[in-house]
Amino acid sequence: MLQIKNLHARIAEDGTEIIRGLNLTVKAGEVAAIMGPNGSGKSTLSYILSGREDYEVTEGEILYNGENILELEASERAAKGIFLAFQYPVEIPGVATMQFLKVAMNEQRKYRGEDELTTPEFMRRVKEAAAELKIAPEMLRRPLNVGFSGGEKKRAEILQMALLEPKLCVLDETDSGLDIDALKIVADGVNALRSPDRAVIVITHYQRLLDYIVPDTVHVLYKGQVIKSGDKTLAHELEANGYADIIEAAA
Amino acid sequence: MNMQQAIKMTAAETALVDAYTAQIGDLPGDGSVLSVRDTLVHELKTAGLPTRRVESWHYTDLRTLLRAVPAADPAAFADRVEALVAGATVLAVRNGNADLKSHAPEGVTIRSYTDSLLDGSAAAGLAVLGSDDAIGRINGGLVRGGLELAIADGTELEDPLEIQLVQSLGQAHTRFPVSFGANTKATVIERHLSTNSAESLVSSVSDITVGEGADITWIILQQQGAADTHLGQIRFDLAKDAKLHLFLINAGGKLVRQEIHGKTSGEGADFKLRGINLLGGESHTDVTFTLGHNVPHTTSTEIIRNVVFDRAKGVFQGKILVAKDAQKTDAKMACNTLLLSDDADLSAKPELEIFADDVQCGHGATVADIDHTQLFYLMARGIPENKARAMLVNAFVAEIVEELDDEPLVEALESVISAWLEKHA
Repeated sequence: MLQIKNLHARIAEDGTEIIRGLNLTVKAGEVAAIMGPNGSGKSTLSYILSGREDYEVTEGEILYNGENILELEASERAAKGIFLAFQYPVEIPGVATMQFLKVAMNEQRKYRGEDELTTPEFMRRVKEAAAELKIAPEMLRRPLNVGFSGGEKKRAEILQMALLEPKLCVLDETDSGLDIDALKIVADGVNALRSPDRAVIVITHYQRLLDYIVPDTVHVLYKGQVIKSGDKTLAHELEANGYADIIEAAA
Repeated sequence: MNMQQAIKMTAAETALVDAYTAQIGDLPGDGSVLSVRDTLVHELKTAGLPTRRVESWHYTDLRTLLRAVPAADPAAFADRVEALVAGATVLAVRNGNADLKSHAPEGVTIRSYTDSLLDGSAAAGLAVLGSDDAIGRINGGLVRGGLELAIADGTELEDPLEIQLVQSLGQAHTRFPVSFGANTKATVIERHLSTNSAESLVSSVSDITVGEGADITWIILQQQGAADTHLGQIRFDLAKDAKLHLFLINAGGKLVRQEIHGKTSGEGADFKLRGINLLGGESHTDVTFTLGHNVPHTTSTEIIRNVVFDRAKGVFQGKILVAKDAQKTDAKMACNTLLLSDDADLSAKPELEIFADDVQCGHGATVADIDHTQLFYLMARGIPENKARAMLVNAFVAEIVEELDDEPLVEALESVISAWLEKHA
């Protein structure tokens, strides 16, 4: 589903190179965890996948279902099924949550040549998905992410993911700022979306989230490269011994 | 030779003075009104239109910007349009002529302003606010009609009153003295429209007094055409515990100056100004506001949101004056701008003049582009850039509209805003 080949990328504004020859393959149905110390390029990778313009790819390519997506706008990538759950969901005063959800769902459908959802159908889907994630209707009546607690913001991200039904889900530090109950709700939401035709990339600092979303593969990112890949036992190893040994071995 | 007469009049100045001369004998007014008119037009002739050297006109050099004044056409016809919100009582003023046939709601008395000119009761109100009051001068010299409204004590109007000014072409000068009695509650919509693309010039002065304990919402919705000049002024005076929520939307016009001049005269008075300026094309729009907190314990908040596209130019001047005795005044003014093109321009000049020592006053002004993090967030959910931008611009102004707490009205204004944005963004 996703093939990243020798990717090099830098911050557009100051030219700082963040990703330095990254290779990664994720298959349909797979849950891949990306771990790594602070500053290794984890969040940058998530932004580059979703099309944020603050980064510049200088070399390499990203193939999504065989198509190079680097020239596509963020909105086109989303419509093609790439979803980024933000580490820090953005507050937008003045944009109603429901209006945002409806516009996002219908714009994606329009792009794919599908009919727009009728209002009752839209309402039904939101109601169902919100109930699964224990999201109160009052929360949906507020402006987008405004006044949401940290946990509410993360749940709202998973709600969007459930409604938009993406093919490639990228979760950027979705566990940060969550207590254990909220973490379980979020993990359940993600697990419910696991399917043979969908891939999930879980970016995280800690093993904790991976107890609830069990990965098929684990990749260690350091200085903009994947320096080691393995199965879920690699995550346990990291938890026990830290990154130092692996970094040393790779050097 | 008198120095003052040495000014070489511009085409616009000549046209305004000629309009007056041509109507002598026909302009309504008794002896006292006619003598005020004479003075005003004489001042116009000698001082000319204000230039940037006049402080309050510094950013809007009317003498340069007002290139021509279209002649009045008594035969011109303007259509009445549908009310902004269903159920509103529409008081139509077409090409300056007030239609007095409207059925007034209970507690509301409607009188022709022309009658007040004819019997002289309007004379005192024709005085200008100061030597720089060009709008008062032009309007006072040339005004032919308008409406005088009196809302009886205790009246609570369920549906809005819509003063609907439709101008098809030419010029019109109207006035609207409105007195809200004690404990009244009402929403008034002052709506300026144009039905075609012909050039027009409109001057309009609303002079309102808000009685004790009254709670009034006054909306100015200016949607004139891209060739129109709009010179608007609203004056207000708030009695004890009176509340006025003044809501201004500029969404049209080529050359627009909307002045707001008010004072608090009774303790406990509260004033709220919310302004949205949607500016595009080559337009020039100036909102100039002065408020005198004249007695203790009065409050005001002012929030202006400007959205500026193309080569449009916007101006906001806001001045809050707190008198020596006006202790415990609480006043806050903010002017926020989204500049959406490199050629767009906005000048903001917030000022505080405080003579009391125990007050809370503040002001702030910001200018920004669209927030890129917000834009990316919307796009990452599949919303194309154009649409995402329009949503964010809309959000910037929608916050203010939602404060109105009247659903049909909020919806109507939101659709005016989104229609404008769709056309310009």
